[in-house]
Amino acid sequence: MHNAGNLKRLGIDMSNFDFVVALAGNPNTGKSTVFNNLTGLKQHTGNWPGKTVTRAEGGFEYNDNKFKLVDLPGTYSLLSTSTDEEVARNFILFGQPDVTVIVADATRLERNLNLVLQILEITDRAILCLNLMDEAGRHNIKIDERMLSKDLGIPVIPSVARYNKGMDELLASIYEVVSGKYVCKPYRLKSKSKELNVAVEKLTRQITEEFPNLPNAQWVALRLLEGDQSIIDAIRNGELGKIYSVEQNKTELETVV
Amino acid sequence: MVAKEKIKNREAILSTANNQRWEVGENFHDTLMESIYSNASAIAKRSVTLPAQKETINWEKTLDKILTSRYLGFPIMFLILGVVFWLTIEGANVPSAMIASFFLDTIHPILKSLSASIGLPFWADGVLIDGAYLAMAWVISVMLPPMAIFFPLFTLLEDFGYLPRVSFNMDGLYRKVGAHGKQALTMAMGFGCNAAGIVATRVIDSPREKLIAIITNNFSLCNGRWPTQILIAVIFIGAAVPAYLAGIVSALAVVFIAVLGIVFSLLVSWGLSKSVLKGEASAFSLELPPYRPPRILQTLYTSLIDRTIFVLWRAIIFAIPAGVVIWLVGNITIGGETIANIFIDWSNPFAFILGLNGVILLAYIIAIPANEIVIPTILMLTVMSLGLSGVGEGAGVMFELDSIAATEEILVAGGWTLLTGINLMLFSLLHNPCSTTIYTIFKETKSVKWTLVSTFLPILMGIIVTFFVAQIWRLIASI
Repeated sequence: MHNAGNLKRLGIDMSNFDFVVALAGNPNTGKSTVFNNLTGLKQHTGNWPGKTVTRAEGGFEYNDNKFKLVDLPGTYSLLSTSTDEEVARNFILFGQPDVTVIVADATRLERNLNLVLQILEITDRAILCLNLMDEAGRHNIKIDERMLSKDLGIPVIPSVARYNKGMDELLASIYEVVSGKYVCKPYRLKSKSKELNVAVEKLTRQITEEFPNLPNAQWVALRLLEGDQSIIDAIRNGELGKIYSVEQNKTELETVV
Repeated sequence: MVAKEKIKNREAILSTANNQRWEVGENFHDTLMESIYSNASAIAKRSVTLPAQKETINWEKTLDKILTSRYLGFPIMFLILGVVFWLTIEGANVPSAMIASFFLDTIHPILKSLSASIGLPFWADGVLIDGAYLAMAWVISVMLPPMAIFFPLFTLLEDFGYLPRVSFNMDGLYRKVGAHGKQALTMAMGFGCNAAGIVATRVIDSPREKLIAIITNNFSLCNGRWPTQILIAVIFIGAAVPAYLAGIVSALAVVFIAVLGIVFSLLVSWGLSKSVLKGEASAFSLELPPYRPPRILQTLYTSLIDRTIFVLWRAIIFAIPAGVVIWLVGNITIGGETIANIFIDWSNPFAFILGLNGVILLAYIIAIPANEIVIPTILMLTVMSLGLSGVGEGAGVMFELDSIAATEEILVAGGWTLLTGINLMLFSLLHNPCSTTIYTIFKETKSVKWTLVSTFLPILMGIIVTFFVAQIWRLIASI
């Protein structure tokens, strides 16, 4: 059913796409390699962190659906204020991709999960692409993908992007998530402190009242508590509501990025 | 009314946030991070089985210890650089000459007779065939072979994971001079292309450190300058030593210029961070990625098709209009003298003080769009201003000579000495960036002021350095 024959690499042709897929993950986990595999483009890849400094976009067609794929800069977290993290964060938040593929380094899973959990806080649809499985094998690291998938509530796809392994499964999974065949039940952080829970709840209620169609008001509340100036501004001038309105207008995104 | 209500609600949200921020306490960020860490750790424990301790590969650690060692790190870096250049110099000679002879001895006469047979006017024939076509032919024959060797070697090192180790070695030095450690990464990218290196400075967050990285990126020798360095080193420095040492000594001379560039980037970073761009270096963590076996075939393919052809194409596009300009300044006359000769005569006295000559200065002005065409421009202008006959193709014709010895003959006839060669290598390192890079600097800084600084600071340094080298050289020579 799903094989490479169903994939058509469209390069930079992103006209009339049906779905938007974001690629996120820690630096140097192979996001750009996955991006190149799927789009047929030649984003510069190399074995060092921080090559992708802006987002790159490309397209592919799978099962008669056109996808726009957005390669985000690698980040360790979404909570700091550096430019590359903001690019990634704002896209996942405001660009509202139909699914976010999180590329993780299988040899350093625990640390990569820190970012995974943060992304799961702000989006409902995600896939974990467990890359560099060959290296994990060389280091005798074994990963129970089914257990991981159950715990995280999202599909987990092992891969070796450098050798184009696991890409068919990833495509199939992307298709299942965007078409609603697979419903993600993303893990949400437990054991936040009591005071924090109270504060977040209080703020979330107020935010939802003012901006009713916000999908991740909780996270906006967290950012407000943190004192994130860009979110404060977005609330003050009402942009927050606009960003989430039906029109996912590109210009808005461009200024954010 | 509605608007007012909305503004009130929004301000209410913000004030709640302010109040709650006090409730949750200052260390809220830490609490949140702790919660993320402990959750991640719990999940990982359930699904990951790590190998029994110490069982795994230790060669990576050993290799890291050697490559980033305090004593061996730099010597190994110079050695690897030296080997890469040596392979490039030795390997590029033969194919270079073959391609040149194909384009110049075979294709050029065909084009000439074709244009004669269709009766092309002399100026169109000159501009198109002697200007644009020869410029393009030169760029291909001089750039393609070294790039086809240099890029794959460099990409293999990158794929293997060596570049982050270089950055790791350099990081301490950059921080000592008040710049960001990541500048070591952007500098390494500049060795390929300065415009790419400057775009890469986006990884640096602090605007102050980013500016320093942008201004000093030009001190990384780029693709366009490698051929100049290699050719001049072979002609003047290689010739000054016994033949069996020529290859190695020329390679070392190029490594020396490249390292000098790094030294200048450190010095200028230090100067800037102590004066106009004062500030402390910010801390960051650099992660050493694991070594990965390089994928030889894929690397060959991508570095040849994507990098080499891409860079070559850009060079050709810039060489064609420059070839036209060269032909024009060599053929348009004012009061019986060509524009080129007027400029050369006028600038010669100044150039002499720098141990250069008017030809070199004019060549650098014409070649602003692309450093790749400096050498052919110099050769053409030299032949023309000397009125040499029997070489080249006539006024304003850019050509490649079949052998390095013939190139040397022309340069020596033009009054070149070992000093001219050395100072040209220095000036090639220390002069303005190419126009693409200047434009990229403007796009990244959005400041005319900093663009001008990045453009003229290297020229100023080039003038100072070549001036002193020339004066000291002549002083010693006169004793």
